[in-house]
Amino acid sequence: MIDWKKAFVALIVLLSTSIAEAQLKIDITSGVTDPVPIALVPFIGSSMDVAEVVQADLVRSGRFRALARERQPGTPTRAADVVAANWRAAGTDYVVVGRVVQIMDAAVAVDFELVNVLTGQRLLLERLVARSGAMRNAAHQVADRIYEKIIGAKSAFATRIAYVSVDGAPPAQRYQLVIADADGEGARVILESKFPLMSPAWSPDGESLAYVSFETRRAAIYVQRVRTAERTRVSDRPGVNGAPAWSPDGRKLALTLSSAAGNLDVHVLDLQTREYTRVTDDPAIDTEPVWSADGSTLLFTSDRAGGPQIYRVRVGTGERPQRVTFAGAYNARPRLVGDGQTLAFVTRDGNGYRIAVQDLRNGAMRTLSAGRQDESPSFSPDGGTLIFAARERGRGVLQTVSVDGLVLQRLKSERGDVRDPAWGPFSP
Amino acid sequence: MKRNLFLAMAFAAVLVTGCKSTRNSGTADLPPPPAPVESKAAATADTGAVASAGVVGDDASNEVGLPAELVNKRVIYFAFDSSEIRAEDRALVAAHAKFLAGRGDVGVRLEGHTDQRGTREYNIGLGERRAQAVRAALGLQGAKDNQLSTVSYGEERPAAAGEDEESMAMNRRVELVYGKR
Repeated sequence: MIDWKKAFVALIVLLSTSIAEAQLKIDITSGVTDPVPIALVPFIGSSMDVAEVVQADLVRSGRFRALARERQPGTPTRAADVVAANWRAAGTDYVVVGRVVQIMDAAVAVDFELVNVLTGQRLLLERLVARSGAMRNAAHQVADRIYEKIIGAKSAFATRIAYVSVDGAPPAQRYQLVIADADGEGARVILESKFPLMSPAWSPDGESLAYVSFETRRAAIYVQRVRTAERTRVSDRPGVNGAPAWSPDGRKLALTLSSAAGNLDVHVLDLQTREYTRVTDDPAIDTEPVWSADGSTLLFTSDRAGGPQIYRVRVGTGERPQRVTFAGAYNARPRLVGDGQTLAFVTRDGNGYRIAVQDLRNGAMRTLSAGRQDESPSFSPDGGTLIFAARERGRGVLQTVSVDGLVLQRLKSERGDVRDPAWGPFSP
Repeated sequence: MKRNLFLAMAFAAVLVTGCKSTRNSGTADLPPPPAPVESKAAATADTGAVASAGVVGDDASNEVGLPAELVNKRVIYFAFDSSEIRAEDRALVAAHAKFLAGRGDVGVRLEGHTDQRGTREYNIGLGERRAQAVRAALGLQGAKDNQLSTVSYGEERPAAAGEDEESMAMNRRVELVYGKR
């Protein structure tokens, strides 16, 4: 019997040092060959440099290059004051200007305009309202609007990631569950433990994380509200409780449980009724489930054919799982993009474990990373980018790669070992 | 579940975090308790909420009277991608089984581990297989099922930090953690 009432909260002030340790720094490893030239003119009215944050987002995407400030021919703050010919001469195609206006005690408006100086056309005039303390997030939203207007695809600058950071040498490691902005800034530790924390998964509304913690020296799955740190132990069966994955409606978790004999199978836990439903029943290791966007199907890893491969099963039908991956001897930990057509997973390729994607319509597979121990791919909510964990000189780092393989970035932690990234949903 | 209970427990949790480690342990060679946690400023729920979890290791081989020659031989190592107990370790497993068979008041937790190759949750499965292999061997040689429990840490708690073959070999293991039942 599970002790459902055992839920607890600890409110502890975070030491500023652990924030610094958890912070990630981003390097761009590669970008597209012909990035769009754009100029971000400093916004007036704010002590925070909004234009700089927007510029950093756009440049990091690998699809833009920015005109340095000292080469900008003027400091207009309105589109009407942009002299197109001067900016063309400076070598840019687009100019962004903006203003921050205090509209209430604790709220500001960020007004920004995007001008195409090749045509002289104003492409955007928008106002975003933000809490005074949420200026960075507002800047990320400005970057999202500009990216979408020029590139014609959605970006996910104004989203968050979760990951696990580990400090200290064996056997005295310290495990931290961290959330940060998608650019690695604003990292904060939401859980610390002397025992492993793993497999964080965002709820579809972005309010909670499910994860595995060994704090009781057994595996258990917890759900923690990000804002309040209120946490509930939701699965604490004897043996393995692992690999939580939220259903698209946020009401269920797919997860892995083990039998008394240690056999792992995928189950679904209804978070309201707290009832488990078995999904797989096989003497192999069945684990790492992920839902299709319509909630009808689970993909998971199974070594029923010898080595691990990815399978698909429709929930509640009792039908036999169908194998999905065939190339190579090791394909595991599937993740699906929103439209359900692209699968990302870990594949063993010669001596290394790499991130690959497979088009589920035609089975075509492509390897996107080149490390020796790349793992834990997670899609950005727009589906255009994967974040994953890699090893570099004996340390865990996080990297991102665009699904077309063109843009690669590294998010590097100042200290510690980072792994197990999970990209959060768009904010409502 | 009562919401207001959470708030009361929040402060209690801060107070007990430091004591938990000592209460659950009895041996002398434990890591130091966690550093005291700062709790002076008013934590805003938005930026300061941190939950804390975890206690320290707890093997009690000495307390339960495990023979001296076994105290430092509580780890069984495995070949890559294998959960088969190697021929050279069978005598060691048999010695542990013999001790358990004669001491119904003692239990052992079998902690299965893998090296860092492969995906994390799949490695939880492999670590569980190793722990179950040791469980089965102990059971066949006289230990009772209710003396045995398993946990798989997969690749999450390596014994050695390196990525060379020697370190990885040290990480593919099952640790026997003794305690009173």
